Amino acid sequence: MDQASNGIEVEGLVREFKGGIRAVDGIDLEVRPGEIHAFLGPNGAGKSTTVLILTTLLPPTAGTARVAGFDIVREGAKVRGSIGAALQEAALDPLLTGREHMRLQTALQGVPKADRRRRGDELLERVGLMDAADRKVRGYSGGMKRRLDLALALVHGPRILFLDEPTTGLDPQSRADMWDEVARLARDDGVTVFLTTQYLEEADVLAERIAIIDHGHIVARGTPESLKAEIGRPTLEVTPANPVERDAVENVVARFGTPVTASPGVAAVRLRGGAEELAGIVRALDAEGLAMCDFQLHAPTLDDVFLAKTGRKLTEEDEQVGEAPEEEEAVAA
Amino acid sequence: MSRFRDVAFAVWWRTIHNFTTNPSFLLPSIIFPLFFFTAFAGGLSSVGNVPGFDFPSGYTAFQFVFVLLQASAFGGVFTGFGIAADFENGFARRLLLGAPNRTAILAGYALAALTRAVIIGSLLFVVALITGMKVTGDGVDLSGLIGLALLVSLTATLFAAGVAFRARTIQAGPAMQMPVFLILFLAPVFVPLDLVAGWVHAVAKVNPFTIIVETGRDLIAGTNPHFLLAAAVALGLIALFMLWAVRGLRRAEAAG
Amino acid sequence: MIEQVAQMARRSILQTLRQPALVIPPILFPLMLMAVNVGGLDAATNLPGFPADTYLDFAIAVPFLQGSLFAMINAGSSLARDVETGFIRRLAMTPMQRAALLVGNLSGVLVVALGSSLIYLGVGFAAGMDFPAGVLGVPALLALAMLIVLGFASLGAFVGLRSGSGEAVQGFFPLFFVALFLSSMSLPRNLIEQDWFRTIATYNPVSYLIEGIRSFIVYGWDGEALALGFGFATLLAAVGVTGAALALRTRLVRT
Repeated sequence: MDQASNGIEVEGLVREFKGGIRAVDGIDLEVRPGEIHAFLGPNGAGKSTTVLILTTLLPPTAGTARVAGFDIVREGAKVRGSIGAALQEAALDPLLTGREHMRLQTALQGVPKADRRRRGDELLERVGLMDAADRKVRGYSGGMKRRLDLALALVHGPRILFLDEPTTGLDPQSRADMWDEVARLARDDGVTVFLTTQYLEEADVLAERIAIIDHGHIVARGTPESLKAEIGRPTLEVTPANPVERDAVENVVARFGTPVTASPGVAAVRLRGGAEELAGIVRALDAEGLAMCDFQLHAPTLDDVFLAKTGRKLTEEDEQVGEAPEEEEAVAA
Repeated sequence: MSRFRDVAFAVWWRTIHNFTTNPSFLLPSIIFPLFFFTAFAGGLSSVGNVPGFDFPSGYTAFQFVFVLLQASAFGGVFTGFGIAADFENGFARRLLLGAPNRTAILAGYALAALTRAVIIGSLLFVVALITGMKVTGDGVDLSGLIGLALLVSLTATLFAAGVAFRARTIQAGPAMQMPVFLILFLAPVFVPLDLVAGWVHAVAKVNPFTIIVETGRDLIAGTNPHFLLAAAVALGLIALFMLWAVRGLRRAEAAG
Repeated sequence: MIEQVAQMARRSILQTLRQPALVIPPILFPLMLMAVNVGGLDAATNLPGFPADTYLDFAIAVPFLQGSLFAMINAGSSLARDVETGFIRRLAMTPMQRAALLVGNLSGVLVVALGSSLIYLGVGFAAGMDFPAGVLGVPALLALAMLIVLGFASLGAFVGLRSGSGEAVQGFFPLFFVALFLSSMSLPRNLIEQDWFRTIATYNPVSYLIEGIRSFIVYGWDGEALALGFGFATLLAAVGVTGAALALRTRLVRT
C-alpha cells in the first residue's frame, strides 16, 4: 500500500448553510497516513458536517481538501474509490440480510464476481456476524448493525476509513469490540482512520492525535498526552460532610487554585501545584472546622482541555449549540 | 354509578376534544364522506335511469343513505384505531389504572363514536340538501334513519374496539377496516337489491347490512320501511359485538 | 450500469416480496372492488349507449390504475426509507450511477406490477371477459399498463426523494384516489349526467388512461383512445421520471 497517499489535508474548509449558519468555519487539518485521528466535540460542533464534506457527500462552501491524494471537489469519484465510511446512521436496509448487504455492496464496489461471496464472508467473519449473516437486518441489535456497517465500509479495501460516532448508543462490550477492530485496522492493515466522537474515553484510548472542534472551529489539536499536559494541573474535588458547608469549603480550596465547575454539593479546584498541595488543603479545611467525606484527585482529562479552551465542559454539553441544519434544508452559499 | 359516568364522560371528552381540535383527524373524517357522496351521487346519477330502478326520492337520496351509513360505520372503525393507538402509546394504561369500572372506558369511546357520527352525519345531510336531495319521508321516518345510523356506528365501534383491545397495536388497522369495508360493499351500494347481479346478489341477500341500508332508503323515501326488522338486526349485532368488545377489554386488562 | 440496475432491481423486488402487505393488497383489493362493482353496477349496461355488453368488460381496466397507485406508494416509500435510514448515502459512496438507483428501483416495481397485471388479465379471462383486440392486444395492453405504472411509480419516487418521508408519500394516496374516482372509472363520460362531474372527468388525464386500457377490451383497436391513452401515459412518465431524477440529484449529492 502506498502510505504516502493515505493521508488527509484540509485547508480553510468552510460549509455555510441557509441563514448564514457556518457549521464548519475555516478548519485546517492534517491526518498522517496510517494514523487514527479523532475529531472530538459536542453535538452540533461541526464534526459530522466535516465528515460529509471529506467523504464528498457535501460540497464545501470554501477551502480545499485532499483525501488520499485526491481533491474532494474535482476528483470526487477517485476519493470515494479510496475511502470507506460508516456514518452516523447505520444506513442499512432492514429487509435485507447481512449476506445480501454484502452481495450488493461488493457488486456496487466492482469486486469481481468470482470473489464477491468469499470477500463478503471474510468480512462477516471478521466482524463476528457469520452466524447472523442470513438473518434480516431488522432483527439485528445496535451493535450488530454497527459491525455490519463497518464491514460494508471495508468491502473494497479502502486506504482511509471515516467513522462518524461509531459507538454512540452501544453497550460497553460492543464499544470495546469496535475499538479493538478499529485499532487492528490501523495497526495491521495500515488503514488511516478519521474518527469523530463525543466520547472523551474513545478519543483518549484510540487516537494518536486529536483535534477538538467547537462551533465549527478547531480549538485545540495534538496527542492526548500533549493536550492534557498543556493544562498540566490536576483537579481536586472535595465533598463536605455537611452539604450546607459547600460554599465555605469552596472558599478554602480556592486559595490553592482556580475554582472549576463541579457536581452539585461538590467543590472543585484546579490546583496551582500538584498532589503535594493536598496536605496543605486538609490542614486549611481542618483549621476552619470543616469536615469532609470525600476527596478525589483527577489527572487532567480531555474534558479539562475542552473546558480550558472553550469555557464549557464537554460532558455537560447536552444542548445542541450552533446545530447545523439537516442537509436537505441547506443551500450552498 | 357516578364513577362509571365520570369515567365514561372523561373518555368521551378527551376523544371528542382530540377529534375536533386535530385537523389530521377531523378533516379526513369530513372530506371522505363528502367525497364519496359526490362521487357516487354525482358521478353515477344516470344509474338511476336504469330500467327497473324506481326510487321515489331520486338517486341523490338513494346514495345519501349509503354514504351516511358508511360514514357512521367508518367513524366507529376510526374510533377503534384511536383505542389501538392509546394502547400502543401507553395512554390506555393510564385509563385502566384510573377507572374503577373499566367498562366505563368502553362506554366513553362508544359515546364519542356516536357523537362523531352525529357531527359528520349532520354535515353530510346539510350538504345533500344544498345539492338538491329530495326527502319524501316525514320527521318520524328521518328520526328512524338517524337511529339506524347511530346503531350502525355503535355496531362498528364495538367490533373495532374488540379488535383493538385484543391486538393493542395500530398494525391491527386493516383487521378492523377490511371486514367493515366488505360488509358495506357486499350490499346494494349502487342499485337496489333486485338489480344487483351475480354472486354479489347472493351475498347481499344474506348480508345483515342489506336490510339496514334498504330500510334507510325506505325511510328517506317514506315507503313502507321494515324498520323493526332492521332495528332488530342492528340490535342483535350490537349485542354480539358488545360481548366481543367486553371480552376483548378483559383480555387487555389481563395483559397489563 | 446494467449490473448496477440489476442489483438495485433485485433489491427492489426482494423488498417488495418480503412485505406481504405490499404484494397482496395491490392484487386482491382492486379485484375485490371490481367484483363488487360488477355485481352492483351490471344493471348499468342497460343504459342506452352503454358501450359494453357486460360491466366486467367495462370495469376490468380499473384494477390496472388502482395497481398503479399501489406502485406509486411502494416506490415512494422505499426511496423515502432509504433517505430516512441513510442507505442512500451508502449508495452514494459507491461508484453507482444515479440513474441506476432510479431505474433499478422502478424496475423492481414494474416487475411486480407486471405480475399483478397478468393476474388481472387472467381473472378477467376466467370470468368471461371479451377481448376483441386479439392476441396482439395483450402485449399492447401490458405495454400501456406498464407505461402508466412507470408514470405513477416515478411520481411516487419524486415525492419519496424530495420529502424523505414515508408519511408524505402515503399522504399523496388520497389525492390520486380522488383523481381516480373523478374520472370515467365507473361510467363512460357521455353517460355521466351531472355536468360538473362530466367536465372534471373530461379534463382529468386519468380518464384517458383508463379508456386506453378499456379500449382493448371493449372496442379492440380504437386509434383515438389508444393515442390519448399512450399520449397521457407517456407525458405522465416523462414528468414523473424527470421529477424523480431531479429530486435524486438533490438527494444524492456527490462532488
